[in-house]
Amino acid sequence: MADDATLEKFKACAVEVLQVPAEKVTLEARFSEDLDADSLDLVEFVMALEEAFDISVEESELEGVTTIGQAYDLVTNKL
Amino acid sequence: MPKDIPVRRVVITGLGVVSCVGSGLDRFFDGLFGEAPVGYRYVTDFDPLDYLDPKEARQTDRFAQFSVASAKMALDDAGELGIDPSRVGVIYATGVGGLETLQEQITNLAEKGDRRVSPRLVPMMMSNAGAAAISMRFGFRGPCETVVTACASGTHAIGNALRLIQYGRCDAVVTGGAEAGMTGVGDRQAVGIVAFSNMTALSTEGTSRPFDSRRDGFVIAEGAAALILEEYEHAKARGAHIYAELIGAASTADAYHITAPAPGGIGAISCMELALEDAGITPADVTHINGHGTSTPLNDLAESQAIIHVFGEKTPPVTSIKGITGHSLGAAGAIEAVCVALTIERGLIPPTVGCEEQDPEITIDVVTGGPRTFTPGPVLSNSFGFGGHNGCIVIAPLND
Repeated sequence: MADDATLEKFKACAVEVLQVPAEKVTLEARFSEDLDADSLDLVEFVMALEEAFDISVEESELEGVTTIGQAYDLVTNKL
Repeated sequence: MPKDIPVRRVVITGLGVVSCVGSGLDRFFDGLFGEAPVGYRYVTDFDPLDYLDPKEARQTDRFAQFSVASAKMALDDAGELGIDPSRVGVIYATGVGGLETLQEQITNLAEKGDRRVSPRLVPMMMSNAGAAAISMRFGFRGPCETVVTACASGTHAIGNALRLIQYGRCDAVVTGGAEAGMTGVGDRQAVGIVAFSNMTALSTEGTSRPFDSRRDGFVIAEGAAALILEEYEHAKARGAHIYAELIGAASTADAYHITAPAPGGIGAISCMELALEDAGITPADVTHINGHGTSTPLNDLAESQAIIHVFGEKTPPVTSIKGITGHSLGAAGAIEAVCVALTIERGLIPPTVGCEEQDPEITIDVVTGGPRTFTPGPVLSNSFGFGGHNGCIVIAPLND
């Protein structure tokens, strides 16, 4: 299930971990190019999502995840 | 140092300080003349966002934030160095490193499990994170190293930085030290404070009284200081403001006990004597000593005995600013070096705040009851650390 509240919670994690303005956290935003996030940032971000949504994400599931939208789908598919 | 090796002269051209008595040079020095508060000494005027962007601040332990802040202040103070960045070094100390980050992440591990330990833990807690942050922030590509010798760290860093310029490897070095291990996690106290308290190293009253007969331990503090050391001819040519000259340094070990000083301060004696020899001066030339003076029963007595041994019964005036700054461990030597540079420039020795009833067994000339004016000449600064590490530096007014 995905709704506005879920998206807001997701965005809040990105704003907190990546320290970027909320308006930059769009589904199209690319972690590296648009949000200046490196691989450790991505690990931290996923940890924050696991905590916020009470889910578990395997490292292998992160392969090929390069945008906010892809990460959002990964999370919402587990809810 | 062997007399037949020609060495270059090294001067201090920039100072920066983050301190519980006030950050910035004037606030810091003025703060040394205030009333000593009771209890742990936190830095209360520091905002990391003045020095780092929000993301950097989040990924940087408080000790490394202090490191960058002190370096920024010192570099601003020094002005444009005009030196190839590959010939600028960073030799910057800490006693412990990112202890707050370590405690926070161990708490996460214990309470939430493996998956909640930050991938930033190692780069945030490692002792060299402060030096690395300075190098990255300002683009200096010369030697970038961290000295870790407990409470002697800051002084040893300055001594090691001196050599890099004397022997020609660097034309300038950012040196100093930082410590910040006093913030706990949740309702738990900082592990460092608890540990020092349990070893009965801390004053039970929270009062620092260096050289006083009632002293019962040190008062823990956080803080940082940075100095820009620069080759003299270069500093002169660019018209830099020169605070003072760093004319000597020494480092010795007690080889005795992990926390107690060697009886009679024999390690401290050898260190002071070597520092004076390195500076090419005699005890009679020393106009003031900025002591280690932690306010612990053992240190202050051993230090006094060592000073008497080197200087005789009539000693130069000795002060310990730890009466008001508390003891910031790996930062202390650097903060005190900044104090010495300002003491020389202003011709005014700050008092040993808290020393009201001088221990009769301590017969050195302690500056108490207010500041003392003096005609600045060479000043010795002492630092002694757990592990039996002794560090001394000699700073003098520029004489050319």
